[in-house]
Amino acid sequence: MADIIAALINQVEQAYQSQQPLEIVGGASKKFIGRQPVGEALNTAEHCGIISYEPVELVITARAGTRISELTAVLAENNQMLAFEPPCFSSSTTIGGTLACNQSGPARPWAGSIRDHVLGVRLINGRAEHLKFGGQVMKNVAGYDVSRLQAGAMGTLGVITEISLKVMPKPAAVATLVWEMPADEAIVLMSELSATAKPISAACWCQGKLYVRLSGTSSAVEATKKQWARAVKEDGDFFWQQLRDQQLAFFNRAAPLWRFSINPAAQIPRLDARSIIDWGGALRWYQGTEQQQDMEQLAGQAHGQVSLFAGGERKAEVLHSTPAPLRGIQKKLKESFDPKGILNPGRLYSWM
Amino acid sequence: MSTTKLSNTDLCQLFREFIAAEYVISDAETMRPYECDGLAMYCEMPIAVLLPETVEQLQQVLQICHRYSIPVVARGAGTGLCAGAMPDAAGVVLSLAKFDQIIAIDPQSRIAVLQPGVRNLAISEAALEHGLYYAPDPSSQIACTIGGNVAENSGGVHCLKYGLTVHNVLSVEMLTVAGELLCLGSDGLDSCGFDLLALINGSEGLLGIITQIKVKLLPIPERAQVVMAAFDSIQQAGDSVGAIIAAGMIPAGLEMMDSHAISAAEDFAQAGYPRDATALLLCEVDGTHEEVQENIERVESIFQNLGATSVKTSQSEAERALLWKGRKSAFPAIGRISPDYYCMDGTIPRGQLAYVLNKMQEMSQHYGLRVANVFHAGDGNLHPLILFDANIPGEFAKVEEFGGKILELCVEVGGCITGEHGVGAEKMRQMPVQFSALELLQFAAIKTAFDPGGTLNPGKGIPTLRWCQEYRSIELQKVANHG
Repeated sequence: MADIIAALINQVEQAYQSQQPLEIVGGASKKFIGRQPVGEALNTAEHCGIISYEPVELVITARAGTRISELTAVLAENNQMLAFEPPCFSSSTTIGGTLACNQSGPARPWAGSIRDHVLGVRLINGRAEHLKFGGQVMKNVAGYDVSRLQAGAMGTLGVITEISLKVMPKPAAVATLVWEMPADEAIVLMSELSATAKPISAACWCQGKLYVRLSGTSSAVEATKKQWARAVKEDGDFFWQQLRDQQLAFFNRAAPLWRFSINPAAQIPRLDARSIIDWGGALRWYQGTEQQQDMEQLAGQAHGQVSLFAGGERKAEVLHSTPAPLRGIQKKLKESFDPKGILNPGRLYSWM
Repeated sequence: MSTTKLSNTDLCQLFREFIAAEYVISDAETMRPYECDGLAMYCEMPIAVLLPETVEQLQQVLQICHRYSIPVVARGAGTGLCAGAMPDAAGVVLSLAKFDQIIAIDPQSRIAVLQPGVRNLAISEAALEHGLYYAPDPSSQIACTIGGNVAENSGGVHCLKYGLTVHNVLSVEMLTVAGELLCLGSDGLDSCGFDLLALINGSEGLLGIITQIKVKLLPIPERAQVVMAAFDSIQQAGDSVGAIIAAGMIPAGLEMMDSHAISAAEDFAQAGYPRDATALLLCEVDGTHEEVQENIERVESIFQNLGATSVKTSQSEAERALLWKGRKSAFPAIGRISPDYYCMDGTIPRGQLAYVLNKMQEMSQHYGLRVANVFHAGDGNLHPLILFDANIPGEFAKVEEFGGKILELCVEVGGCITGEHGVGAEKMRQMPVQFSALELLQFAAIKTAFDPGGTLNPGKGIPTLRWCQEYRSIELQKVANHG
């Protein structure tokens, strides 16, 4: 547990003066996401530790380098959790990196994403100014929501140094039910189940099986189990953890891994049967050597977007292409935070 | 951009070339209802009020205003409470009232596609046949529009469990200040690149004009019940809220009222509130039948153990609606016990409630003004209502000063100046209390990225640096004069 804020500000200040690009590195567990990093390393992993935790206020504040494992353990002592189920691609995964990459696990459609749970941040912008946005309260509409803007920005708008998050109580009971069916039927069923007011907390189709997780009071989980009368997966928790952390055999990285974020009810007949269909249909993982353009067309038809999540050519564009007017706004926004373009340049797009 | 100045008449003539003449309003009498929003103490008359009917017309309006550097103030139903929709004397009001169509309800994807002028409640009414609803429910939901909800990032009484507007919007189509159409977000749960949706929610009409919105719909809970509990002290009521959270429950709604608010609401709605209570809690539990059954019992026993003087649970939908009616009509109810009231909107860490209310009581005595309190206890959002009489000269200035002190107190205990009503023109003076000069500069830089000429809703939301400097020098002068 350490506060190295002065050193971090100093390094950004130096980089600002000399126009030296910086690569922001937390736990280095998500280095493979985004375009290939360039620049001098700015290490935030040492800037770690929980600053405050008020279980009754449902708020925890930690330095960006704090590991997810530490947060999870501390919250568990009070029977609480990070409801967005942060993926841990390695044990070094930090909360700062999780926000920067907007990473959330299987519970996301029901519990919300890390973007939804962030209440405030401190960050160092590209002018080496250490700024605070949002706060530690649930509702705060003063000024622009700069905190949530960091989700998915991959550090290109600022070096996140501190994060306040909403935390939630752990459910009293959890159970995972299994259906055997093909992908197209599973997509329809997931939509139907999601429209019922049952305590669903995850729904994923994978290799011929649909897994649905129930979380809530014991009475609600038991009653729903009885009503739906499906087989119960005994090692359910293990399955969801493996899915969350991409440890299932599917994620063998033999080919480039595509991530589709689309309309949950959409069918992509060309890919679905060979995909993992998570988030009740809204997130699909596919491994293949297809062209980006083809994938974007499929994603567009499904009212969503695709990114090349891992593997493939990391010097080319890896995110869904951006129409010109939107590109213009994004560039100007980047300049407003980082006028000299020193923070993770090119990590999101070649043109920014 | 043109340097030529147009006369107001010529400008209106330009608009009438593509908007029906009756929808280009420029006479004082017809414009009068547009001079303010729900915060009537702040008013101004614009050059004209425009009510276009198509996106193309909106686009043309923006192009013209951009060319001649004319301020544009977007307006939904005008129910806002921060003077965010107050006109600019040198600009036009752009009413989105004609954009009131629900374009689609998709029960499979649980998505509603909406024009910005659709009323909040109309979404849930339209989704009802599919067993779905739209979760955020500001008290003004009968009248307020979804476009305004996005602009203010509106909340309501169910935020703790279901989130604010920003948590329930999937995508937005908007026009930039120059009239270019942008689409932010998608039907998926996230998008590539910067999360501009996060910026647009709560941006108070400063970054663009919203033309279409897709929102998430949720399944209507199988059952919902409200437990009402009365307490002899604010402290006990506050402790009970903490105990419910500590027990691992997230109620759908958790509201507190103080004695002024209780008796005013009871007079107004006859909801069966105990008039002798010092504090009243309303706790709504929703979910499956079993879950509600289980949690209602736990909530009742927490209230009893922590000294509630009475505990009552709704036994029917009618009873539940009646218990909420008192709370939801608390503002108009207060309006009946005082000629005028001024509603504040700070948020505080819940643990600071007793301290903040005590401090507020001291200030109330100092200023000689009564305060009633309505509190979204679950999420810490406080609505102190300062009671006054606008006909007494100088009274409102005193009220504003008192209100400002309350917001400063919220910041002092770790909270913020506005939880859901927005900054608008009203809370500009408190922005430098919550944010440093560098933070305000960063906001100004974001604004410039979208609107370099600063013509979208000028003078609202984000203080310009010049404004901050001027304000600071006035404050310093005050200190010097008093010193």
